[in-house]
Amino acid sequence: MVAPILVDEHPLDNLIRADRMPHIWCPGCGIGVVMRCYAHAILARGDELDQHVVVSGIGCSGRVAGYMNLDSYHTTHGRAIPFATGLKLANPDLHVTVFSGDGDLAAIGGNHLIHAARRNIDLTVICTNNFNYGMTGGQAGPTTPLDAYTSTTPYGCPELPFNLAHLLYAAGANFVSRWTSLHVRQVKADIMYALEKPGFSFIEVLVPCPIGFGRSNQLPNAIDEIELYRERCQLADGVEFDQLGIDLHGDQPIYVGRFVDRSLPPFTPICLEETA
Amino acid sequence: MRRGPVLTGSHFMHGDHACAEGALAAGCTFFGGYPITPSTEIAERLAERLPEVGGVFMQMEDEMASIAAVLGASAAGARAMTATSGPGFSLMMENLGLGIMMELPCVIVDVQRGSPSTGLPTLPGQSDIMQARWGSHGDYRLAAYSPWSPQEIFDLTVHAFNVADRFRLPVLLMADEVVGHMVERVVIPEADALIYWGRKRPNGNSKEAFLPFAAVDMDLVPPIVHAGEGYRLHYTGLTHDEKGYPDMSPEAHQRLVSRLVDKVVVNQEMLFKTETYYPDSARVLVVSFGSTARSALRAVREAREEGIPASFLRLISVWPFPVDTLRELAANVDAVIVPEMNLGQLITEVERYVCVPVIGVNHAGGEMMAPEPILEAIREAA
Repeated sequence: MVAPILVDEHPLDNLIRADRMPHIWCPGCGIGVVMRCYAHAILARGDELDQHVVVSGIGCSGRVAGYMNLDSYHTTHGRAIPFATGLKLANPDLHVTVFSGDGDLAAIGGNHLIHAARRNIDLTVICTNNFNYGMTGGQAGPTTPLDAYTSTTPYGCPELPFNLAHLLYAAGANFVSRWTSLHVRQVKADIMYALEKPGFSFIEVLVPCPIGFGRSNQLPNAIDEIELYRERCQLADGVEFDQLGIDLHGDQPIYVGRFVDRSLPPFTPICLEETA
Repeated sequence: MRRGPVLTGSHFMHGDHACAEGALAAGCTFFGGYPITPSTEIAERLAERLPEVGGVFMQMEDEMASIAAVLGASAAGARAMTATSGPGFSLMMENLGLGIMMELPCVIVDVQRGSPSTGLPTLPGQSDIMQARWGSHGDYRLAAYSPWSPQEIFDLTVHAFNVADRFRLPVLLMADEVVGHMVERVVIPEADALIYWGRKRPNGNSKEAFLPFAAVDMDLVPPIVHAGEGYRLHYTGLTHDEKGYPDMSPEAHQRLVSRLVDKVVVNQEMLFKTETYYPDSARVLVVSFGSTARSALRAVREAREEGIPASFLRLISVWPFPVDTLRELAANVDAVIVPEMNLGQLITEVERYVCVPVIGVNHAGGEMMAPEPILEAIREAA
């Protein structure tokens, strides 16, 4: 038995709402790891916290808005990006981050996702991808790998999943990366980079969901899924976008890295010159 | 030439354009919308006009995105509006509930057309009037106004922003294709003559202690703060406590939903708007709203010329429904007649509150109701 280390202060004290703890996430869930990366990214930037806003949709990842000690908006299912769009345009000085899950962003919110990327509006989107709808108990979603078992695919998932990196590249995002919750340094660095980069940034982070997804797919403990990431993750170097999809069969690689970093013009509202 | 937000003067103006000008005169700086007949001209006018006043026009990818963007802009402090028609209004019902729950002021315009479904895109209807009351899931109340002329679209759009701000409410402007596409004289007053109610703001207490959902005043309206003002608050569509934190207890739910409903009930005297014609010693009362009220008033006047003592109540605020005004006017009549461009919606509300026969004059939409069937109904009832 290891004795707990008690400290009076934690570097993230001012960034996380201690009065909202304990959180609702299951043991082994990776969303908290990514939220911590987000909090550390803000801390490392040294911004006034008043300048950051977090907007989320519905689902496990949607609860991040409730835990971050920022102006935070926990909106309706799928609508985080358009809500954030209006907020950003009404106050362009704010750093607006959308933190939500794969189901919220890519299924019910999929149309908003591609159009925000097409507009290249200056938002940072952090998408935790756990391959399923966790909040409702582990149903298949738009990222569930082919043949994976969930409560709504009891014979294996018959659908191909979205290759989100390819989708966001095609839609027009300025920055697209993918990591896993094992890559905390890279995730934090990319969030910092995305917050600074004009235009639409999309950071996908694969996270274990041992309860909703792992149990049914021979990954009963979070550490099993983390181990799978460790074994299969490869930095994408010269890999074509259409090869970036995720396939859990056999020993297919899971490509990670910065896939897109370009400077298409970000969305700017029409502004008329003053006339005399 | 770059024009200011208030186009003071007398204009020969399209109803949808009058709506856009009303929004600008009320200080609207954000519009998020999606093209749909017969409301598109509101968006087109604002696409031209908002950049002139430093505002933002956003054409979103659909109506769900439109209202979400409007709520986001409102959360950042902007006066924000969207405009649509029936099919888009249906898509907005989800986030209308979010606006009610987060208590974010905004204005939603529905230029009604023939429905259900795609219905009659270019032709009028008044069949969204119950959807305006009950369309989003759950218990809630809000304010909905129904204009009968381009002038009134202008006036009520300004008023809708005032009500939205003052009571932290989404406010509906339930126009119809007739008034939306009508061109009439619209007089826009001097900017100084426009009255702004404004949003209730915190009165200097510490930011840490501020409770964004606490009804500190008798009006049950909590002061509002905006993103970026340093309060670092949480807003959620979940049932929440006074601090905005989720609270899944039945007690918290009862407290919150009751306050959201009571907020409209206790302030309803400020929300009601009606017009009464010939109220004394009438035998027949006609109750109508929107463009149909134009024909109803003509029918009432013709009936009176024939010697039939008829009176007329025009509902400008359809929701909240002005129960006392109706009861007072209906107290001594033999019948109440409710003309509406649907197969009988608002009549059910009238039937709830009066003790005499209530007769509907209805058609399903597609053309403005003529005065004749209303006059005929008055003659039969008298």
